[in-house]
Amino acid sequence: MKANATIIETSGLRRMFKGKNKGRGRGPSPDVEAVAGVDLRVEAGEIFGFLGPNGAGKTTTLRILSTLLAPTSGTARVAGFDVARQAVEVRRRIGYVAQAGGSYRESTGREELVIQGRLFGMSKAEAGRRAEEILAALDLTEAGDRTCGTYSGGMRRRLNIGIGMVHRPELLFLDEPTTGLDPQARARMWDEIRKLRKTGTTVFLTTHYLEEADALCDRLAIIDHGRIVAEGSPSDLKRQIAGDVVTVGVNGHGDKVVKLLQAQPFVREACLEDGLVRLYVDRGEEAVPSVLRLLDRNGLAPSTMNLHRPSLDDVFLKKTGRSLRESAA
Amino acid sequence: MRTANDTWLIFERSTILTLRNPIWVFMGLAQPILYLLLFGPLLKNVASMPGFPPGGAFNVFVPGILVMTALFSSVFVGFGLCDELREGVVERMRVTPMSRVAMLLGRSLRDVVFLLCQALVLVVLSIPFGLSINGTGVAIAFALLALVGLVMSPLSYTLALILGSEDALAPTVNAIALPLLLLSGVMLPMSLAPDWLQTLASANPLYHAVAATRALFNAGLYDREVLIGVVVMAALAGLMIAVGARSFSRAAA
Repeated sequence: MKANATIIETSGLRRMFKGKNKGRGRGPSPDVEAVAGVDLRVEAGEIFGFLGPNGAGKTTTLRILSTLLAPTSGTARVAGFDVARQAVEVRRRIGYVAQAGGSYRESTGREELVIQGRLFGMSKAEAGRRAEEILAALDLTEAGDRTCGTYSGGMRRRLNIGIGMVHRPELLFLDEPTTGLDPQARARMWDEIRKLRKTGTTVFLTTHYLEEADALCDRLAIIDHGRIVAEGSPSDLKRQIAGDVVTVGVNGHGDKVVKLLQAQPFVREACLEDGLVRLYVDRGEEAVPSVLRLLDRNGLAPSTMNLHRPSLDDVFLKKTGRSLRESAA
Repeated sequence: MRTANDTWLIFERSTILTLRNPIWVFMGLAQPILYLLLFGPLLKNVASMPGFPPGGAFNVFVPGILVMTALFSSVFVGFGLCDELREGVVERMRVTPMSRVAMLLGRSLRDVVFLLCQALVLVVLSIPFGLSINGTGVAIAFALLALVGLVMSPLSYTLALILGSEDALAPTVNAIALPLLLLSGVMLPMSLAPDWLQTLASANPLYHAVAATRALFNAGLYDREVLIGVVVMAALAGLMIAVGARSFSRAAA
């Protein structure tokens, strides 16, 4: 795969849902604009996250991009083809794992992988080999001939991703891949997703977990009420909000330290608060050693030092006026 | 080619899934036997009533039971699909390049094969009870039953795709199947019915399927009813397959 090729590009993507007119005595419900003008660019090879509360339009956007739903207006090109007019070409190149899963509880894992391969045009032997390969990669070889209904939650999710990977798609869509998993299974799933990136597969996932977006995604877009409110790498987004805060305990030399640090180009602002020096900096991880060296050189060894970084929730709060943790609950 | 290939894959998959549930297979085959054993004995006396059409009791009764079996065997198949919808199977397959017609046809052909097996058991077991058969007649009758299946099974899948859950599907299917059945002359020949009921029945496609099947087991192959039944059911089957395939390609659930 070419580096830095754009694999998803949307412009003015909108999707309306008709309101239901049969509300019992509650009058007609209004039409809903689930996706309200989304412009998006995803580069090949990255893990791109779509972060937002439930009902923000994540799944609707995902369904448009994976050809399941036609946009009301706007265009989307996925893997080089238009999702509305060249749906079959798009489908050949993408994998899609719905929130509902995709594997049937009465089929075995192997059967599901094999039929998926054959629906993509593989021969029986080829699909069998590929199924074997995927079962082994996902640590499911022993469970391969058991029906999916007997799998644990984590195993079933891994199988579902395996089903989406059978035809080696350039791009894999994952709708809330870890919702409802226990922490251990979630960590395991993150590892699998990172492995995909190593093979060059672009991963586009939705999540309402801040930690997941932060830990897993190279870049992400925050969506709320059908609109993208912020886009960038997790660290860029957080930096754009407030910068990092470094607090330094200085044993009474407060004023001197503030004066010294204010003169440094990497410090946005420095002030004294409750005997602690608070520094607002762009990159906390680089500021900490610089501050240490500087104070050391001036004979002002600090007693304590703390780095506080804004979270993605601070970003969400700033952009939408609400906390995602509250919205998601 | 793509459609044929995909249809075969879905047919194979759904057949394996059906056979994995031996209770359903057993129940499906036991049903016609129950009719023979528990309903058949009533026929001896009914057949002597005025207005009962000519032909032995079983030659009038079995064709009706055959159509009823075809109806019941195929009109409830949407229930299985609700399960697959919930688990995201249909959605997953819609994001493959596979043929949309195949999603429907693979499943419906499984349903047809299953109902023809039931029909075969019924016909074979009825011979000792006094059913007389003609090879060509039975072959055409089976083709007609297959068409009944190809109307009802796509209808059931379409409803499942629209309604999405068993809770909504059950009353809907019952509301459709019961009047179809009562107005088909399956239980007793419509010749026993008052005129207004006969008029109403003639608007029921299933009535023509029953009349055609009955003709094939009695009057012969060249009866007008046979032609009407085959044409009506073939046209409806074509329509329902088109509607069903369309529902699969735009399923929202």
